[in-house]
Amino acid sequence: MMSMNALLDIKNLSVQFDTDEGRIIAVNNISLSLNAGEVLGIVGESGSGKSVTAKSIMQLNPYNTHYDEMGEIIIDNENVLRFTSKEDLKKIRGGKVSMIFQEPMASFAPAIKIGKQMVEQLLLHKSINKEEAKSISIDMLKRVGIADADKRFNQYAFELSGGMRQRAMIAMALSTMPKLLLADEPTTALDVTIQAQVIDLMKDIIAEYKMGVMFITHDLGVIAQTADNVAVMYLGNIVEIGPVKEIIKNPKHPYTQGLIDALPDIDNLDTPLKPVPGSIPSPLERPSGCVFHTRCKIYEEGLCNNEEPQLKSFSSNHKVACLKVDSNE
Amino acid sequence: MNDKMSNELVSVKNVSVEFDYQDNFLSRKQKIQAVKNVNLSIKKGSFVGLVGESGSGKTTLGRAILAANKITEGQVIFHDEKKDYDLGSISKKELKEYRKLSQLIFQDPYAALSPRMTVRDILAEPLEVMKITKTRAETDDRVREIASKCRLNLEHLRRFPHAFSGGQRQRISIARALVSNPKFIVADESVAALDVSIQADILNLLKNLQKELNLTYLFISHDLSVVAHICDEVAVMYLGRIVEHGPTRELFSNPKHPYTKALLSSIPSIDPEKQNKAIELKGEIPSSMNPPSGCVFHTRCNYANENCKKEIPLLNTEIKKDHLVACIRVNDI
Repeated sequence: MMSMNALLDIKNLSVQFDTDEGRIIAVNNISLSLNAGEVLGIVGESGSGKSVTAKSIMQLNPYNTHYDEMGEIIIDNENVLRFTSKEDLKKIRGGKVSMIFQEPMASFAPAIKIGKQMVEQLLLHKSINKEEAKSISIDMLKRVGIADADKRFNQYAFELSGGMRQRAMIAMALSTMPKLLLADEPTTALDVTIQAQVIDLMKDIIAEYKMGVMFITHDLGVIAQTADNVAVMYLGNIVEIGPVKEIIKNPKHPYTQGLIDALPDIDNLDTPLKPVPGSIPSPLERPSGCVFHTRCKIYEEGLCNNEEPQLKSFSSNHKVACLKVDSNE
Repeated sequence: MNDKMSNELVSVKNVSVEFDYQDNFLSRKQKIQAVKNVNLSIKKGSFVGLVGESGSGKTTLGRAILAANKITEGQVIFHDEKKDYDLGSISKKELKEYRKLSQLIFQDPYAALSPRMTVRDILAEPLEVMKITKTRAETDDRVREIASKCRLNLEHLRRFPHAFSGGQRQRISIARALVSNPKFIVADESVAALDVSIQADILNLLKNLQKELNLTYLFISHDLSVVAHICDEVAVMYLGRIVEHGPTRELFSNPKHPYTKALLSSIPSIDPEKQNKAIELKGEIPSSMNPPSGCVFHTRCNYANENCKKEIPLLNTEIKKDHLVACIRVNDI
């Protein structure tokens, strides 16, 4: 996965938030890279830092965010974390990078017609005129399977159903032809039948335009069906990263194993559900050593609570951050 | 049949629930048919799942059984040991008794608990309001008992909800629902807001409490994998109608209604090798203000013919024992 010409290369990214109760760690020294045409899934529970990672790429985190000096996010040989000018930021906010959010109702301005919003962002990023922008937008709406695209172009977000709104959101994000698409829980708010439609649509478009996609979700089933590689996050750390097929079949980190065991599998009704014991610690009380040690079933006193595990290669590109995983073999 | 009757806790007969809807004060009043002509029998001690997409009427049906919605047509009868409660014509006094017998667990454990009350007060409130316990000591005993059943520590009782994680809060909600010693619980998307690692814990708790306290559940969910794991039987709703109902394993291994088939095929499999192709449904769920004629599913069904537009299918085609389907073409497809 680490190649010289990666589309996106995140190196040692650490993100902290200043809060009234002190500085909390949201993302802790993560590195990953993504190539064109690749779908990288990021899974983790609430508070694991998945969305913060994606938002860092577009610098969309709130004002109290502190990025560590060491961290770099490289797109086209530029560290986008250093961008401050409007021109530069425009490149990563809708130009080279686009984002699809979870709640499509909240992502469209409610009092502006969908078409106007689509045209507006196209004019910002491309040197084209209004007419061209309109025809590109309508084509894109058709491409994502919206019937009567001409009519929908002149409607407001509230006039569309949930599934259609999410399609319009995808159409808008893709119309500028970004190289990198960040999809933050794009199907979580949708019903399963609509989710299946949207996933099929995204797969087609990704393959057609050879985009790199970072697909953030808490649903391992969705990851299994869409991603090539997956990074599992817990409390701001990547605990396991590698090819989806390998990680789901042969998870090495106890947290990944726990996540898979806790998931109700419809093809396997006889296995009882096994919860991961305990709950995610508050970021204010970040455990020492391995952050997962408070919930881990192979925890070793004196080792796991003292030493912070680093990602180490398991096979060519399957990496695990666990001190016990070798001796566990 | 007689045996079945005596074993029945809730019987829902031809129930319809309608809401009035007016866009603004000048426009015409319209009716929303949230639930239409539903029959459902819930046996004592069963764990019944109710699945369907948003707008299918699952929550409305659940609330109708709790006497929290007006029933427009039909009958809901709750069979307690001593007497039957007819929820359509229940008196205020009877309703107070009925509230002790049936309770609701909500979806969002963050919104369901008052931030200004300690856990002890949250759990004691139903006892005081329903006048179940007479003295403070009695209340405290009952609170402690139910808290320990729901795996909350005594020390937790003094704290406020903000000190707890999502999973712990959901345990508090469950304890509050169970404190009045109900027989019937409606769990409305009760694990939907939880992370997977916690979700399994709450599901196991619900299942254990069922055995321990002899509970009957109506478990409303949009998550089919969860329902498959926890429920004994499942009813599938679409646009206010139950389209298929049967024992969980039978229904999941042998779905008959085209809608159930599409729904099951849409679940993303955790096995990356198994690239299951979802049966694609045309369009989206129609508005319940203006439901399609005949079979309400015909506008999205891949098998619909002219008859489907005219004839209203009843939930009476028996595939196997207890497995019922509402589809006139079930034998052709």
